Amino acid sequence: MPEMTYADAVREGLAEEMRRDPLVWALGEDLSTGHTSTSTNQYKNLIDEFGPKRIVNAPISESTIMGSAVGAAVAGTRPIADLRSIDFGLCAIDELVNQAAKIRYMFGGQARVPLVARMAIGTRHGAAAQHSQSYEAWFVHIPGLIVVTPATPADGKGLLKSAIRCDDPVVFMEHKELWGAKGEVPTDADHLVPLGKARIARAGKDLTIVAWSRMVVLACQAAEELATVGIDAEVIDLRTLWPWDCEAVFASVRKTGRLLVPQEAVLAGGFAGEVVATVAEALGDVLKAPVRRIGAPRMPVPYAPPLEDEYRITDRHIVATARSMVGYGGALARR
Amino acid sequence: MPTATSAGTERTNQTERIFGMFKTMLLIRAFEEAAHQMLTEGLVHGSVHQSIGQEAISVAVCGNMRRDDLIQSNHRGHAHAIAKGANPTAMMKELLGRVGGTNGGKGGSMHIADFSVGMLGANGILADGMPLAAGAAQAVALKGEDKVVGVFVGDGSTNRGPFYESLNWAKVFHLPLLIVCEDNGYASTTATRSVTAGGGPAVRARAFDIPVVSVDGNDLLAVDAAAAELIERIRNGGGPQFLHAATYRLKGHVSRDPGMYRPKGEVEERWDHEPIRRCEAWLVGQGVALNEIEAARAAAQAAIAASVAEARAAPFPDPKVAYADVQDVGAPSCPK
Repeated sequence: MPEMTYADAVREGLAEEMRRDPLVWALGEDLSTGHTSTSTNQYKNLIDEFGPKRIVNAPISESTIMGSAVGAAVAGTRPIADLRSIDFGLCAIDELVNQAAKIRYMFGGQARVPLVARMAIGTRHGAAAQHSQSYEAWFVHIPGLIVVTPATPADGKGLLKSAIRCDDPVVFMEHKELWGAKGEVPTDADHLVPLGKARIARAGKDLTIVAWSRMVVLACQAAEELATVGIDAEVIDLRTLWPWDCEAVFASVRKTGRLLVPQEAVLAGGFAGEVVATVAEALGDVLKAPVRRIGAPRMPVPYAPPLEDEYRITDRHIVATARSMVGYGGALARR
Repeated sequence: MPTATSAGTERTNQTERIFGMFKTMLLIRAFEEAAHQMLTEGLVHGSVHQSIGQEAISVAVCGNMRRDDLIQSNHRGHAHAIAKGANPTAMMKELLGRVGGTNGGKGGSMHIADFSVGMLGANGILADGMPLAAGAAQAVALKGEDKVVGVFVGDGSTNRGPFYESLNWAKVFHLPLLIVCEDNGYASTTATRSVTAGGGPAVRARAFDIPVVSVDGNDLLAVDAAAAELIERIRNGGGPQFLHAATYRLKGHVSRDPGMYRPKGEVEERWDHEPIRRCEAWLVGQGVALNEIEAARAAAQAAIAASVAEARAAPFPDPKVAYADVQDVGAPSCPK
């Protein structure tokens, strides 16, 4: 398998789906101009192959980017509405939540809304309060939506392809600091990663760490460090937050007896709370230690590097919390 | 071709056409009066937004569209739906939340949709129909179809951002979109002029270089002529067009709203200009006999009475239906 960046892998996935289905098209700001170092790098050269009717360079009109994608999906096409990041996507929440998520249901199943809303999440160094937010949990709360948070280049491609083929609206959340990450990516045009299936990113027996998006990378780094002190952590990459693969998490926690869920987003009201609560309700009798969450303090993302560092959850936080959990009840002492 | 009437005079095709539209207006009026009656009896839940006094616009616009053309409606959508060809019995079942409703009981009055006749749905969020319709028009263009998309917005919606974004969008992408502004003077319970700067909807549309035709929206023939011209322009590749139809909402924002915010005598005065009465006078002038008009009125009322009877007799949906059609992957599990 060739190695490529996350951004290139996602672009390849989009191009493959556009070749496969002439009703797949994309719209968003700056899609045809192909600046480097922005999300639009993911559209580089696509306009040359597909033309301006399918790679639509939109005005700065987020409501109508999302709203027209909804209307075009209802009318039988498969649009990819690129809002660049969730920060800008906030200008189009109404169209996503009141329209895209509701139309199939409130019209009694007469219509489907097969659209993909691309809205990247995550802190990007120095981007400060309005270009760094992680609101993936918001969309889990909206019936009708699917929420995808790929962590690897291969999943970026395979999950986007599944999202485009899905008949319901998908919120596709890349991570801004993953766009440059490299990994092996399947070239098979029919390589799909199913929505709702987690992946074991690292197998282990002492502790389950559940993560998504860039936090998977940090959890794997933490797991390697934990291995040096004799703690064998299993890392589950959820890949999609709705639906989320609770069976995969249950299976892992039944094995390890311990659950830690680190997230990049603000801790309060975050998706980590949903995961630990579900496990605590279902598997309280197998837990060897209380479930734990880690998340950012409830503050806007600050700018100056030492302040941004204060906000960020890192592998250090994961290692420290994991060590305290495995030490709980004397497990570490038994080694 | 002229046809003989019972009175022995000859009537033109135009008279027959307008008489057909008149009958649709009667059907809408009877439906909305019955809907309010059902609300007062506790059989309709929530609220009902009537378009009594505005029927001519829906009927004339949709009367100039093909069945496969698309329309995007708003919260005041009964007239749009019936004019586009939705079945009033299925609509009444939807209002009563019964099996056989247009939306299977999932939507109610404010979300009536009938995709089989190109009615893409009534909508509870003002002005959101604009981007949805623009997108539907974009889909039409991408698929190479010759359909026209129509969107109905009120004057109140012209103060929302998506209205402007979508006007710009429709013009930039040269979309096959007819924007119909039903200007009834009230944004919910506020007089629109009191909260609106500038010269109104037509001026705003012209700022985007979109051609505008302004008509008396209570004059069925005027709306018919304007809609015919604008729809033909769009179908011939002329891009977006804007129809500004001045009208008046004879009932409240919702049917229970007594409208105390309106100047004394305003509603009474406006009843003299409502479209059914005006169309009736024109038809009589064209030789349509009064007994034919009365027969049409009785037929509309009988049809809606039958719709009501059928809706009242229809069962409520099985509660398990609540779990259907949320989404394919990640749907809620239905209790056994």
